[in-house]
Amino acid sequence: MAELKGWKEIPIGGMVLEPGSSIEYITGTWRSMRPVRDEEKCTHCMICWVYCPDSAIIVEDGRVKGIDYDHCKGCGICALECPVKVEKHAITGKPGKVIQMVEEV
Amino acid sequence: MAKQIVKALDGAAAVAEAMRQIDPDVVAAYPITPQTAIVQTFSQFVADGLVGTEFIPVESEHAAMSACVGAAAAGGRVMTATAANGLALMWEVVYIAASMRLPIVMSVVNRALSAPLNIHCDHSDSMGARDSGWIQIFSENPQEAYDNTIQAIRIAEHPDVLLPVMSMQDGFITGHGVERVEVLEDQAVKDFIGEYTPKYSLLDIDNPKTFGAWAFYDYYFEFKRQQTEALSKVPKVVEEVGQEYGKLTGRYYGLFDPFEMDDAEIAIVVLSSAAGTARTVVRKLRKEGVKIGLLKPRLYRPFPGKEIVELLKDVKVVGVMDRSIAFGSIEGCGPLYLDICASFFTYGNGKAPKVVDYIFGLGGRDILPEQIEGMVRELIHIAETGEVKQVVGYLGLR
Repeated sequence: MAELKGWKEIPIGGMVLEPGSSIEYITGTWRSMRPVRDEEKCTHCMICWVYCPDSAIIVEDGRVKGIDYDHCKGCGICALECPVKVEKHAITGKPGKVIQMVEEV
Repeated sequence: MAKQIVKALDGAAAVAEAMRQIDPDVVAAYPITPQTAIVQTFSQFVADGLVGTEFIPVESEHAAMSACVGAAAAGGRVMTATAANGLALMWEVVYIAASMRLPIVMSVVNRALSAPLNIHCDHSDSMGARDSGWIQIFSENPQEAYDNTIQAIRIAEHPDVLLPVMSMQDGFITGHGVERVEVLEDQAVKDFIGEYTPKYSLLDIDNPKTFGAWAFYDYYFEFKRQQTEALSKVPKVVEEVGQEYGKLTGRYYGLFDPFEMDDAEIAIVVLSSAAGTARTVVRKLRKEGVKIGLLKPRLYRPFPGKEIVELLKDVKVVGVMDRSIAFGSIEGCGPLYLDICASFFTYGNGKAPKVVDYIFGLGGRDILPEQIEGMVRELIHIAETGEVKQVVGYLGLR
């Protein structure tokens, strides 16, 4: 978050004059649950990317690279929608899906 | 001075005529008595091709003000009209319009809020919106309703202001009362209001902007402070526009309209059409030697407290007449009384006349000259004895 400005320094009426500025707003701090992905077993089907309401699935060259934790609010939709089952998740060690939710620390 | 045509118009038709001449980009409105006559007449102008306005017949007043907010954010010159419960239904978006700094002009034909259901005049509707951040201007008669509608465009769109304006007239008494109205020629109105170039527009696709974004504890406070600052600029703009309009029409407008105030010891303060009745009483009592004057505020929000104290500081007694009750306020007084008292506390340097309040005219109850005379007799008694028996009285109450 940029340095906070005074009332004389900001545009009127709550207007945001620069496009694309929401990337500066770190909404990841709201998260109480964190999605974690088993990179090895991920099939890069892009279902999580389609469903993520915060565009927080980072994709490069058609492959999932990771999760943007600065903007992921931890809603859990990616974990719910992930279609790929695992017997033992690389991070949680539990059976379930490639993306699983863990407690935020 | 510009050429003017005299027409027989009621207040609603006078506002519709002003709106035809203003030819706003968008009007979104929903009918409600006694305002219906405005949008009904204006929609006929639209149907007849006399204006280029996009008229949006919406499904409710909440939708009306929402459409106005959207159209104004898009950069249009936007107007609407409402009354009473219609204004109440707009509530959420009324605040949004002011907070987003959209210079919408809304004509309000004052009508009592339900319940009981009532279609006649009092000021409970617009007084409820007095803290919403809108500029509020009250008109006494159809001529003022016409003049204030045109001036409201200039005030709202002034670069120092950029706030919406509510322009009031009394339901039925003014709204449906036919009077002589001097009307400017169309071109003179167009020249006076000028082209509207919005400072920011959603349709400026080369410079995309976000309107109506959120602001939490980190920025919300700063935007509210900006609104107060903008309102503080309003009185000067109102006076400048009123002077310029006066040069054009011969009818000069300021923050308020004083009558016989120069040596007055007793003053009546009242808004809108009842000021006409009070003026008749003042004229009569002046002939009888009573040193009485009348102050009719025109600009109610922002309240020109400093200027009003300056005008009233030498009188002995002020009788405020309120056409609504600020329920739960001290002694069940009205909002105008609260503003006058607060103004003396703030700007009076520790001195203030006796100020008493009279509630009148609720739900369209007639106010008669004899009742105002009776009130003045009480004010004279207070002036002579310094004794206030009751802070809030009632005129015409059984």
